[in-house]
Amino acid sequence: MPKPEDLHFFIDPNRCIGCQACVQACTECDTHRGVSMIHLEFVDRAQSVQTVPVVCMHCEQPTCAEVCPADAIKRTGDGVVQSARKPRCIACGNCVIACPFGVPEVYEDRQIMMKCDMCYDRTSVGKKPMCAAVCPSQALFFGTHEEIEQLRPRSRPVNRFQFGRQTISTRVFMLMPATFVLQQPYVDVTAAMSEQPQERSIPLTAVASHDPFAEVEL
Amino acid sequence: MADERQQLDVRIDSAAREGLTGTTPSNIYRPLHDAEQVTTAPDGRPMEVQPAWRTDFPIDWPQDHYVERRDFMKFMVLTSLAFTVGQLWIAAQNWFRRGRGQPQLVRLAGVNEVPVGATRMFAYPTEQDPCVLVRSAENGFVAYSQRCTHLSCAVLPHVEAGALRCPCHEGIFDLASGRPIAGPPRRPLTRVRLEWHGDQIFAAGIEERTV
Repeated sequence: MPKPEDLHFFIDPNRCIGCQACVQACTECDTHRGVSMIHLEFVDRAQSVQTVPVVCMHCEQPTCAEVCPADAIKRTGDGVVQSARKPRCIACGNCVIACPFGVPEVYEDRQIMMKCDMCYDRTSVGKKPMCAAVCPSQALFFGTHEEIEQLRPRSRPVNRFQFGRQTISTRVFMLMPATFVLQQPYVDVTAAMSEQPQERSIPLTAVASHDPFAEVEL
Repeated sequence: MADERQQLDVRIDSAAREGLTGTTPSNIYRPLHDAEQVTTAPDGRPMEVQPAWRTDFPIDWPQDHYVERRDFMKFMVLTSLAFTVGQLWIAAQNWFRRGRGQPQLVRLAGVNEVPVGATRMFAYPTEQDPCVLVRSAENGFVAYSQRCTHLSCAVLPHVEAGALRCPCHEGIFDLASGRPIAGPPRRPLTRVRLEWHGDQIFAAGIEERTV
């Protein structure tokens, strides 16, 4: 049974509070029991406590499947890119290198690649994925476009990501500020990597102003 | 027709939100189109100008599982053709073997040269066919090809046990008849026909058996 066509996955990194609830819930999903497929990344750990949950974006043209030499990564008709087929996967790790979002992981002990499959056992019967079901701030949201429009009127879902000259469109949406989307209807990932936070950065003065080793004589 | 999904009440405890808490089956949602997904290449060009491997190794599951009726029939016809040709090949081999007749007489030993319980190795009909002659009783001469019918290891006679044993996979053959008793072999050993001329024993042909 496929994932209902009108239900989509939305990620709102602004709302992530880094509580790790999604990481724990992910391990309880039956498609990959005991192993967490979600990556909770710190944006700039030295400067900020901001975290971003990274799930599989389910690309329209999945690079992981393109580079798979064993033809093991398949996408179901509803656009969900599945984990590697166990009889085919040779655990070569090509997908790990190729994925622009850094989602797939190779498990050397069991010789297979596993990745987020949007909790296919749940979403295919219309339930939310585990992470979206537990997220207390709804940084991970699973529902219809109409709902997200009503719930987040100041944000717009974006599913185009610019990597240099390559544009990747995905089935998973990322919520961007509406004013920003009007100027640029895509996320420029490579530009964001070199971007320096300036006036919005909050210096942690309690740490920075006092150097505990200043008076230590060596 | 108004779509009821567009009038969703977004309040957390509303009845319409039930589906979003994971308790509603998916058949309340709009049914999908035919899941005949078309894999698009990263360069966006149509499939006609793409290399052939893109059609052979599609990314989408429905296409990957899809087998054309014509391909299936081709597979069935070719497979049964291969089986038929194999049967004809076996029949032809049998026919030619029968036409060649039995190999010539070869003297193996004198009756007195082989005491009761002793064995004698020989090669028959060619140098590449090791055989074994066993005298299990006063008049109990038997001779078999040493080639095990499982994977062609050399079988070894155990006269006191009344058996021939293949050490490779523990196949056991009956010494009197050459039939398999234990282990993986399913066919009896090739028997060498014996003839006596005076007190001389001669090998006078081979007898390949299937049961």
